[in-house]
Amino acid sequence: MSGLALIFRRELALSWAGGGGPFLALGFYIAMASLLPLALGADPARMASVAPGFAWLVLALASLLSLERMFERDFEDGALDLIALGPAPLEMTALAKGLAQWIAIAAPLALLAPLIVTALGAPMRLAPIVVICGLVGGLSFCFLGGVGAALSLGSRRGGVLIALIVLPLFTPPVIFGAGAIEAFGVGLDWRTPLLLLSAYSLAAVALCPFAMAAAARNAIS
Amino acid sequence: MFQALVNPDRFMAFSRWAAPLLGVIALVLAAAGLVLDFQAPPDYQQGYTVHIMFIHVPAAFMSEFVYACLGVASFLSLVFRHALATAAARAAAPLGAGFTLLALITGSLWGRPTWGTWWVWDPRLTSVLVLFLFYIGYMALEAAVEDEAKAARAAAILALVGLINLPIVHYSVVWWNSLHQGSSLLRAGGPAMPAVYLAPLLLMVFAYMAGFGALWLVRIRGEVWRRRAAVLAMRAVA
Repeated sequence: MSGLALIFRRELALSWAGGGGPFLALGFYIAMASLLPLALGADPARMASVAPGFAWLVLALASLLSLERMFERDFEDGALDLIALGPAPLEMTALAKGLAQWIAIAAPLALLAPLIVTALGAPMRLAPIVVICGLVGGLSFCFLGGVGAALSLGSRRGGVLIALIVLPLFTPPVIFGAGAIEAFGVGLDWRTPLLLLSAYSLAAVALCPFAMAAAARNAIS
Repeated sequence: MFQALVNPDRFMAFSRWAAPLLGVIALVLAAAGLVLDFQAPPDYQQGYTVHIMFIHVPAAFMSEFVYACLGVASFLSLVFRHALATAAARAAAPLGAGFTLLALITGSLWGRPTWGTWWVWDPRLTSVLVLFLFYIGYMALEAAVEDEAKAARAAAILALVGLINLPIVHYSVVWWNSLHQGSSLLRAGGPAMPAVYLAPLLLMVFAYMAGFGALWLVRIRGEVWRRRAAVLAMRAVA
């Protein structure tokens, strides 16, 4: 278990090293949000109607950005081989990597999301549900994304390939998260979509480490 | 029968006559289906556009059926590491993508005259589109990883992840649709299909299945030949 904690701390430290941690994803998020009024026109009513859904979609996209570093760096410098040889099962390592990714990237994005939603003109009272959806859905994005990252090891087209593999898998969390935010906004039952989102995220946390480990083992074999 | 086919030599001997036989069966069934189709009267609501159904519905069915074949082949390839299963998975993906694309295109052509629009974000259409993206992702991954054996295993893992996810995607899209729009252009549960339409439709479904079987066998054979050629080339160099 201490080995797991070590890997977790290592992953957190690495996410800050040479790349500025979450700032890349946060910068992407802000840049995309600032382009929305330029594309749609700055009519407040029009922006307010699309702001929650747009902010949720771009959050999903922003969480794709740093996936490539999840396994690629360890794969290239041989650390992944050493970790695989070590006593901790690779599934545990994958779990630690996913959780570290969640804390380093998804949580900051979730905390920024209400600011974006509000700046685009949606009502302030959406803020809590946006943060909760960002945190819960972020688990799905990190773990499914980790599967894509591990699968594309050894290819020469990492980033785009990961996005192509992972985005179809994002369909359910994107639907449930946007559904929860929208239902909350119009005063409908938002618990059901949030629970569905939570269920999907928990299933992703439970199952994806096995797929990540299988893919990583395949890459280093 | 399956046990016997695990041996590549026996598979090659079997598929040598099975592939053309299935192809002939597919052509005969499709010809019979089309003849019956054009003898059927035009639909009282859709008119002649109902003929698109006999191309579209079997393609939509095959898009899911082929993904199931891909999933089973990937599972066998991962668990038993059998070369033929790997070849079968690899061979199935472009065929499945082709059926899915055919379903999307014919559906769009059918939607224009009947619903008045090329595309609706209806749960079925949306989940078929996502299925198409799954095929694209599978083929892209397989093509991008340089080591062929590793590419096949990575793609097999992705196929299984997709197999688990496809039902969830489908139900999430159904749920999304019920949230977003109450009325749909497409009303299911119209009059049950009369036999004049059902008979050619079933014939076409079987024709598509036989056609897929023939093409799949041909592609697996090609895969086996390609590998044998690669081995010969390596021996010649060594």
